[in-house]
Amino acid sequence: MSSGALWTAVLVGSLGCYLLKLAGLSVPAAWVERPWVTRLVTFVPAALLAALVAVQALSSGQDLVVDGRLAGLAVAAVALALRAPFIVVLVLAGATGALVHVLVG
Amino acid sequence: MPGPARTAVLRDAIGLGVAVGLYGVAFGAAADAAGLDPWQALAMSLLMFTGASQFALVGVLGAGGGAAAAVGSALLLGTRNTVYGVRLAPLLAPRGLLRRLGLAHWVIDETTALAVAAPDRGLARLGFLAGGATIYAVWNATTLVGALGAGALGETAQAALDAVVPAAFLALLWPRLRAGADEPAVARRVALGGAVVALALTPFVPPGVQVVAAVVAVVLAGRPREAA
Repeated sequence: MSSGALWTAVLVGSLGCYLLKLAGLSVPAAWVERPWVTRLVTFVPAALLAALVAVQALSSGQDLVVDGRLAGLAVAAVALALRAPFIVVLVLAGATGALVHVLVG
Repeated sequence: MPGPARTAVLRDAIGLGVAVGLYGVAFGAAADAAGLDPWQALAMSLLMFTGASQFALVGVLGAGGGAAAAVGSALLLGTRNTVYGVRLAPLLAPRGLLRRLGLAHWVIDETTALAVAAPDRGLARLGFLAGGATIYAVWNATTLVGALGAGALGETAQAALDAVVPAAFLALLWPRLRAGADEPAVARRVALGGAVVALALTPFVPPGVQVVAAVVAVVLAGRPREAA
């Protein structure tokens, strides 16, 4: 993607996110405090983050690929289950990815 | 305003600010991996300033996705802040348009948590402002460190970074699935659904679109039963 297109994405995304924040401080509370809206807002992040985890770990363009990223993710999941701090989780995942790269190429 | 409560609010605000610094480094590195230059990464932290949306935008770009899908993912996650704003409005009671425009930029997970947890309105304002200032400063500084640092990496280190990015998303997701979160059983089903739909669509749609499509599919699946 060209630098201009990246800048456009960065600036349009930033403006949109800012307007979403400003809307909250500005709209009447009754518009947003409906049960289905709060449910949506509670669970959309889980769906989106999980989709991103899957796509980041297993896809390369339109291909599904198994490589060191999946091994790193598995190690990260174990570390998270053991309540390791964020930085430890990232270091372990990174070390696993690097190790697989060195071993497999 | 009692002294100890004030100190506790400030301590929490600064503690949170330092903690998000780690995510800032990870974001800077993820932005670099996605092909953004350090200035673009920094512009996102300065102007977008909402971590999950920033990660989503570079995550979709990093997966080869287009600008529209990337921006769409960022906005989907950004809707959270609208709800936070509604909760914060009576606490912050911004007087005048300029003050409201300024305060809005700092409406994020962490500042909302600080303001809502404070024992009274004065301390809520203090927590919001102290947290916002600390997090803003640390987040931007560490973004630049991550973006510049990642650019200097060799091939094996790049492989390490590639493995760090999905792990960082998993770390963001994890607290939502753990016991004690809002309805963790539902969140787990939603997360599994999102991941499965995204992977199933990957071979058939342009990169990045599957992420937005997965969210829409899960929302549609959940909406009728859960509408109240």
